[in-house]
Order: sequence, then structure tokens, then C-alpha cells
Amino acid sequence: MNEMKKINLIVNDKTYQLEVDIRESLLDVLRNRLHFTGVKEGCSVGECGACTVLIDGVPTSSCIYLAVFADGKKIRTIEGLEKDGKLSKVQQNFIDEGAIQCGFCTPGIVMTTTALVESGNKFTDEEIKREISGHFCRCTGYQKIFDAVKKSLDDK
Amino acid sequence: MGFKIIGSSVNRLDAVSKVTGKAKYTNDFFEREMLCGKVLRSPYAHAVIKAIDVSEAKALPGVIAVFTSQDLPKLKYATAGHPWSIDPKHRDIEDRMILTDKARYVGDSVAAVVAQDEIIAKEALKLIKVDYEVLPHVLDPEKALEKGAPIIHEERPNNIVNDFGNEYGDYEKDFMNAQHIMEGVYDTSIVQHCHIETQTAYAYIDTDDRIVIVSSTQIPHIARRVVGQALGLSWGKIRVIKPHIGGGFGNKQEVIIEPLVAAMTIFSHGLPVRYTMTREECFISSRTRHAIKFSLKTALTKDNKLQAIHVLGISNTGSYASHGHSIIMSATSKFRPLYNFKSFKIEPKTVYTNLPAAGAMRAYGVPQMIFALESHIDDICRKLDLDPIEFRKQNLVSVGHEDPISHVVVRSIGLSECIDKGKELIKWEQKRANYKEQTGDKRRGLGMACFSYFSGTHPVSLEVAGARIILNQDGSVQLQVGATEIGQGADTAFAQMVAEVLGISIDMVHVISTQDTDITPFDTGAYASRQTYITGAAVKKAALEVKNKILTIASRKIGLQIDALDINDATIIEKKLGKEICSLGEIAMEAFYDRTHSHPITSDTSVNIRTNAIAYGVTFVEVEVDMKTGVIEVIEIYNVHDSGTIINHKAALGQVHGGVSMGLGYALSEKLMFDEKTGRPLNNNLLDYKLQTIMDTPKIGVDFVETYEETGSFGQKSLGENPTISPAPAVRNAVLDATGVSFNKLPLNPQTVFEKFKTEGLL
Amino acid sequence: MFSIKKIYQPITLAEALEIYTSNPQLKIIAGGTDVLISLHHGKLDDVELLSIKNLTELTGINYLTDGTIEIGTMTTFTEIFRNEIINKYIPILAEASVSMGGPQIRNNATIGGNICNGAVSADSAPTLFVLNADLRIVNNEGVRIVPITEFYAGPGKVKLQSGEILTHIIIKKADYKGMYGKYIKFSNRKAMDIAMLSVATLGKVKNNKFTDLRIALGVSAPTPIRCTKAESFAFNKTIKEELIKQISEKTLLNANPRHSWRGSKVYREHLIQVLTERALKEIITMSGGKWHE
Repeated sequence: MNEMKKINLIVNDKTYQLEVDIRESLLDVLRNRLHFTGVKEGCSVGECGACTVLIDGVPTSSCIYLAVFADGKKIRTIEGLEKDGKLSKVQQNFIDEGAIQCGFCTPGIVMTTTALVESGNKFTDEEIKREISGHFCRCTGYQKIFDAVKKSLDDK
Repeated sequence: MGFKIIGSSVNRLDAVSKVTGKAKYTNDFFEREMLCGKVLRSPYAHAVIKAIDVSEAKALPGVIAVFTSQDLPKLKYATAGHPWSIDPKHRDIEDRMILTDKARYVGDSVAAVVAQDEIIAKEALKLIKVDYEVLPHVLDPEKALEKGAPIIHEERPNNIVNDFGNEYGDYEKDFMNAQHIMEGVYDTSIVQHCHIETQTAYAYIDTDDRIVIVSSTQIPHIARRVVGQALGLSWGKIRVIKPHIGGGFGNKQEVIIEPLVAAMTIFSHGLPVRYTMTREECFISSRTRHAIKFSLKTALTKDNKLQAIHVLGISNTGSYASHGHSIIMSATSKFRPLYNFKSFKIEPKTVYTNLPAAGAMRAYGVPQMIFALESHIDDICRKLDLDPIEFRKQNLVSVGHEDPISHVVVRSIGLSECIDKGKELIKWEQKRANYKEQTGDKRRGLGMACFSYFSGTHPVSLEVAGARIILNQDGSVQLQVGATEIGQGADTAFAQMVAEVLGISIDMVHVISTQDTDITPFDTGAYASRQTYITGAAVKKAALEVKNKILTIASRKIGLQIDALDINDATIIEKKLGKEICSLGEIAMEAFYDRTHSHPITSDTSVNIRTNAIAYGVTFVEVEVDMKTGVIEVIEIYNVHDSGTIINHKAALGQVHGGVSMGLGYALSEKLMFDEKTGRPLNNNLLDYKLQTIMDTPKIGVDFVETYEETGSFGQKSLGENPTISPAPAVRNAVLDATGVSFNKLPLNPQTVFEKFKTEGLL
Repeated sequence: MFSIKKIYQPITLAEALEIYTSNPQLKIIAGGTDVLISLHHGKLDDVELLSIKNLTELTGINYLTDGTIEIGTMTTFTEIFRNEIINKYIPILAEASVSMGGPQIRNNATIGGNICNGAVSADSAPTLFVLNADLRIVNNEGVRIVPITEFYAGPGKVKLQSGEILTHIIIKKADYKGMYGKYIKFSNRKAMDIAMLSVATLGKVKNNKFTDLRIALGVSAPTPIRCTKAESFAFNKTIKEELIKQISEKTLLNANPRHSWRGSKVYREHLIQVLTERALKEIITMSGGKWHE
């Protein structure tokens, strides 16, 4: 039997007490145990950015983050952005700007953008690109993604 | 054309579900006791499998099944996602089995394991003992053609998959009488699709003893057929379901893992088994883009008209035929409605090597061909001191041009206007003049390249598409198509078409996005940029049928002739007067509940399209070359397209942006590399394979010239693949302009540029 | 899922050292961005891990009274490049930190992990080499200080014994005061890439002469290196275009890049010179020097 550990984690404001296999990534637990399937897996080694979630507000590739590391952490996923049935501004901007195509990279980029918006910092165009550069998108050529992020930062 | 909804920028229908994480992709479905499948892959590029011992793997606790080619029916099948051909001569090459008995590339599937979890499955793979007899391998297609080269498939001892060519006109004479004869050799590298969702599927056997496969595929109906063929099962025994998919770009226009995952559930007593390719597997064991080397020779008349062309192409299809033979055919036929060649001779060779199998990838051979052709055109212009834009314009085909082989007719062409727009956007004259005589470390240059592309596959393949519409009580409708939404926005375009025809708003059209071969109408799927053109015709036909049924009831009710009526804003109107008569909902209610005439309105129809429409476009680009490091930076880039009527501008922009970005990666950085000595992949991961990031991607300018194509149901032509075709030659031509150096092999990555500068004496 | 047999997650350094001393087979995991990837690729298998992620003692950046800057090894690259002390006193380290990987990696990857995995392409290394950084290494017995220039043993190898943990990176005031630095990372992409080659230069200019010049290279030898021959050649010579060229050429006396599919030896040697030249010009400009008449 593999080693299990008890962890407490808060996902989208709800507390979960889980016994996780020490071999599991946070991604495994979020998707397979808790069914937060908006968190996508594209490479398993932190290169594509599809599995990005916010851990205590920080964009993190959940595929290279062990579930046992998440003990006591606050996790936010794409499923937690809608409030009272209303999309967040970032989400709405991604729709309106046409930044979504196949949609597989979308949740991760929306989470990173959310962290940028919530940081309250200002970003130049180059800095926006730098902050989004950990996400690969093969559909959009990043044009509309950039527009959606910029609009979200200007919207504040 | 006075459309209301066609041409407007409505938001994607699936945008909300995708931006909230609710959209379900293949791996987002869970079944109780879902098992994990894994594949043992060959470490050798070419080896006979003498024996396999799976006993230890089978004995590992948690392992459900281990199987090899020995356990499977000895059936060879074709994996290319083409419509089935009743004529055996026109079928794809059947050279593949679910698991192989001979390894033909590093990564070939040798054995499969099903286990309770991933770690057990990986452990089990390590316990399988394979006795390989390693054979000499060949990676270079020209070496594969030599006498004595390793034989990759016994059925084709010369390693030639196909070499069927074409010839037209008095080719010999045209070359004899030519004022100038120009020659050039242009080569491309192996690249990969890199859809962010890798190949994935799961399968189980249901209580009716049928195999249900949920798969990330562009072609569910074809997948059903191929699974049947691979396992020797009756096709009706198989059900394929396609949910949302995380990109395809042609790599899911092929039946790669569905037969395997079906076999996995068969060996696991019908329990659900999931098999997802790792990124590393996906790079080498799905498909790649063919590296094709084209040798071009052209004959010019004394007034600089392109008279004749000789195209010699060698296409590296890797270890299995896949789409190979048809890709070079596509490449060498889709460029023909561009320039007015009076004669041509085309000699293609598609060759097996011990590399991963190449298959369909966005624009299907045409980026390779257009790289060659458009580079060659600039080389000609440079040599003869001709203006590259004027030269191209003088040689363009015009409306009425008919291809002598395919008999496809050009019915609309806006390329000349596209060129004018692009030239204006980039300020061609002014900048070209400014960039003469540069000497510094950083030099700028301008380049451009044109292309032509088809809409669908006619006349090579069957072009059948189905659509079904059901009218609801409130006048809204459900639309079902067999063609697939793969991110390109097809569902939204179809909904716009239905709304346009039925005179209802877009939110009254519900598209059932999931394809299920048990339920959805027959359609061959998403490929060849066929959907708005081909499936669009089926959608229009279905909508017209529904409209006709609605107006029939209205006519009966009101007493006016059908022709005198129309639907506008979900209201029945008298056409001439614009007078409102009753709501569409009222008619729908009658259709459902009238005690005498009740007959709910539906349409379930299909089309067999036997035309093609040629789409055009051009790329203009400005680059800056670092003469010391070889780094090329794109400063400005514009793509201008003639795709007929643009159905949805926002979605169309997105297609062009993505296509151009893929084209820039092709031009500058992407290349899948292999070790010559072993055939092993060197960079099959997203760190070492240089897909461009947002920081590497310039602002991409887009414009359209909207011609009206008479054969398109709304005047439309293809757009999906088109934008990826011309960026690479345009970049190459811009680098030529900046540096005077002709790069004849893609990509122009810093190492390559450095080497070339060195040979040219620039460093 | 990763092939992990056991994981220890101590919360104090003392506890960690104790566990490590009695379990010398343990593999240390810091940010996890390297170890977990190695596990995924099967380069590591069935490991027992010692996570130092919870050791808050090892995070943060301190400016000591004598001007020494101390960086805890568990400080992430994002923390470094956003840190005020770093940006004020050693901006070259901020520059190197932000060039590493992509944002999500920088948010978790630690400078200590980057050093200890011994990669020749480590983005932190050339900069720490020119800064003459010292490493504080502790075990159950005590503390030792090692200059980073003596820490690397070969590709993927560092001189860290079992039972030892790297806790801090120490940069002395004399090594940054009045110095200007430039880090150039050369890679095929502007983000999410590893260096094909990297150059860090740090220098002090007085009367248009280099009174101190340090040049370090990444991916130019089996370990990151200092170009000592070029450095001593440059000392106290009047800056001219020709001198910059000569210094850049002399970097090759220490460098010995390898030929690989990522980049040829010839190309790397060429880049070393071109990039050194460019980096030197940047620091000359920053220090108010000039190289052309």
C-alpha cells in the first residue's frame, strides 16, 4: 500500500479534508478526486501552462506541484471565478475579445490574468506578454488573448 | 449580399462553457473503475521483434491485461481520415496494425498494458521482455530510395509509397522555347501540430455488447469505420462519441488510438479503459508534418510570363503511409490555380523512412509547396531584376481558369486586391526604398508571398455532409451536424447560417456540439477547410427545408402563396409589404398540436458537393536580421485573404491569427529533430521543441477581400487552414531582401542562419 | 502520479538536518520544478524525498548592516526579481531571475534548487559567479562557506555531501558596490526556454579603464565558468573598440563549449564573443565609459 497523507485544502472557498497518495500531483487530486476538470493537463511537466491554478494567489503549474504540498493552502481554479451566476470581468473579456478557440489553454490563462488583475499592479505591453508567456496556445496566435488581458487590466 | 447575421461578429456559442471550465473534453468524463492503458514503444528505429515475454508483467498485482500483436487479429488497415472508397483502387494504403510485429521507428507500438493505475501500468511496461533483432535504419528519404536501402515494408521493397504524377501541355516545347529557365531546390523540416490536448480516448463495452469510444477526434464517423476494420468487427457494433476537443490541426484527422483503446477494453472484459498519450509520445507516435524537398524548374517567355513548371518532390512520410501519398498530391495540385502555367510536369515521390509517421497537418502539403514556389518566384525576380509584386500580378490566373487535370474552375479571385491591400498596409514602396544599401549589424527587409487553396477535397474525395434541424414549440431550433467543432468556430458559423435562413436570432439556434455516431448525421468530419463550404451547404439546405415547411403552414393558415411570405425576427411577414402576420412560435405550435395537420417540423438532409472553390491570400512581412547572431525578428506582418463571404469576422480573425502564428513557427523556430545514428527523437517535448510563446509572436495584421463565390451557400470559401500557408516564404523573402541571402530550407533558426552567413562569407 | 516512495516534510532546518543525517538516501526537493520533471521522465524512480518547502528559515532576502546581501535558498525567482534590495543593489540578478523559464516556473522554482541541480545552463549561475557569491552549507555538525565558483563539479554535479543543505547565498558589498552588470541569455525563444548560451558581465570603470571586470559564462564548459584570462587582460587598460574585441576573444581561453543538437561548438564560440562584446558595451555605457572616439 502506498503512503497516504491527510491534507486540508481550500478550493474555491470550500474546505476539503482529504487523504491523498503522496505520489499524486495537485492536478491529479483536483481533477480525478474533486472533479475540477476545468484544470487541464497538456504536458505534465510545467511547460504548457494549461494546468495553472492560483495557490495562495500565485499562478502555479499544478502538474508539478505535489498534492501534499497543498496542505493548508488556498487554491483557486476556473470553476471558482463565477460569482452569483455572473462571469468575472476577465472571463467576459475573454469571450468578447474572441480570445477563445479550442478552449483548452483558456482556463489556465484566465487564472493567470485574474492574478495579474488582482495584484493591482500596472503592466506595460511587454510585461503583459512576459506574464502570459508561461502559457502555450496553438489556436489564437495570442493576439486576442493579449487584447483580453490588456482589457482586463485596463478595466479596473 | 444583404445578410443580417452572416458576416456579423457574434460570440462563439461555446465561449461561456469554455471560459468557466464547464466544457467537457474527453478526459473530463469519469467512469467507475476506470482503468489506465499504456503502450510499450520500441527503442529501436528498425528491428524485428523475435519474441516477447509478457508473463512477468501480467503477474504484477493491479495489471488487468497485457497484449501484443500476437493476440490481435492480423489485419492491416489504413489510418488516414478519408471517406471510405468503394473502389479498391482509390483506397488508402493499408500498412498498419494496432500493435506491430516489427518496429519501424523509435516509438513504434509493441505491446499494450491495462492496469489499475498509471504507476502500475508503467511498472508493467518495464517487466515486458522483448527480444529485438536490430536492423539497419534509414532516416533520409533520398537514401531510402537507393539500391540496397533497408526495406521498411515488405509490400513495398523500394520504399516508395506512391509516385503517381501529372503532366499537362507541351511541356518539352515550352522549355525548349523558353527565354529563361530557372531552377531551385527548396526543403522543409518535420514539425508537429502541438495541439494542447494530446491524443486521448477511453472505451468500454456497453450492455448491448457494443464498443463505446469517447475520443478527441476530428472525424468520429471515420473513426467508427476504421475501428471496425482494425478489429474485424461490424461497423454498427461501434459507437464513437466526440466531445469538446483541445485542438487538432489535422493530427486528429487520423484514427490513431481508437482501435487500440477498443482493444484495451476488449482485453479488460469491457471495463472502461483510458489511454492518453503523454506529450512526449504525442510528438512521435501521433503524426507530424511531412518534410518535403521540392526541386523546381520553370520556363519563362521573353515577356516574363511563367510558361511551364517542372516539380520534383520527395516527401518523407516516415514509417507508415498515413496520409502520405495524398499530401504531396494535394501540395502539387492546390498551387496550380495561382499562376497561369501553360504546361507542367509533376513528379512526386512519397517515401518510407524509419521516422515517426507523417500525416495531415493544417493545409496538407501546401505550406511546403508554397514555400518552394514563392521562394522560387522571388529568386527569379531577383535574378532578372523584376519587381516581385508586379511579376506575380502579371502571372495570376483569372476568373474562368480551369485546371486541366482536376477541372476545378476559378469562379472568384480577389488576390490582386489582396496584394494591393497588403502592400499598402506594410508601406511596401517606402520601406523597400529605405532598406537599400544597409550595412549595420541589424538589417531590415520586406517580403511577400501568395497562395491558393481549395475548399474541401472535391474531386479527389467524396464530399458528403449531413445536417438535421428540429423546430421547437417557441420557434427556436436544434441543429445537429456530423462535422465537428474543433475550436475553429464551425458550430457558430453554422448557427449563423440557420439564423440567417430562418429569420431568427442566433440565440434561437441551439447547436448540439457533441457528435455521436449513433445519433449525428453522417459527415466525414473536420479537415480540408471544408466545413463552412461543404457542411455549410447541408446546413443551408436543411434550414431552407424547415423554412419551406414553416411557410407552408403559414400559407395554409393565411391564404397567401408561400412565395409571398418570409420570416423576419421570428415573425411571419408578407414579403412585399413587410407586414407582420404572426409569430413563428404560433406556426410552430400549429405544427406540433393542430388536431388535423399536426406534423412537427424537422429536416434531416445531406448534400454531396461536386464543386470546389479556390480561396486566395497573401502575406506581407517586415523582418529585422541580427547579422551577428542570426536572430530574425518579425517587425510587422499582414495576412490578407480572399475567402469569399466572411461568415463571422471575429472568428475569422482568430483563424488567421492562429494560422499565421503557426506559419511563423514553421518559418523561424519549429523543427522536430532526430539522432542520425539511432533515429531517436531529440526534442519531443515543449521545452526543446520551439513552439513560439506570446513573447515571440508579433502583432499580426489581418484583412479580407470579400469576393462572392457562386458555389458557396452564402458566397463563402475556405479559410481554416489557409493563413498558415504563406508566412514562411514571405519571411524567407524578407530575409533575402534584408541580407541578399537565399535560405532554401526551413526553419530559419539562429543556428541555421549563422551557418549560412558563414558560408556566404558574411561572418 | 510520480514514483515516490516516501516524503518527509519537516518545518524547521534542525528537523530537516536530523532526518537527512539518519536517511542519507533522501533526495532533496525544493520548488519541485526539476525533481518532479525528472520523475516524470523516469530519470528518477521510486525515490524518497526530503521536502524543504516548509523551511521558512530559508526564504527571504536580507540586507545586513555591513551591506552583505543574504538570499535564502528557498527564495523563488519571482521573489528575487521583484525584490527591492535586489533591484537596488544587484539588478543583474533580477535580470537573470526573470529570464528563467516562465512565470509559473519562476513562482515556484528556487534559487537554491537552481544552483544545486548543477545545470550548466542555470540562469542564476553566471550572475552569481561574477558576484563572487558564497554559499552557506550546513549539516548536523556545523556550517561551511563555499565560493560558488568552487561549487560546481561537472554537468549536473555539485559538491554537496549527503546530509548537507544549502541554506543561503551571500553576496558581499565589495562585490556589487560601484559595479555595473549585464546578463545576456541566448535562447531560441524569448520565454520558456533554457539558455543555449549565457554571459554575465560585471565591472567597474574609472578613467575609462576597467578597474574591475568579471565575465562568467553558462553552457560554455562542463560547469558555469569565469573567464579569468579575459578578466586579467582587461585590467586597467583603456577602453576602446579594439580592447572590447580582444577581451571578448580572450573569453575563449577559458571557454570550451560542447557541440550538441541544441547548438554547435562553432556557433557557441561565436556567440560567446558577440554576446560578451554586447554585454561589455552595455556596462561601459552604464558606468559612463566610452569605447569610440
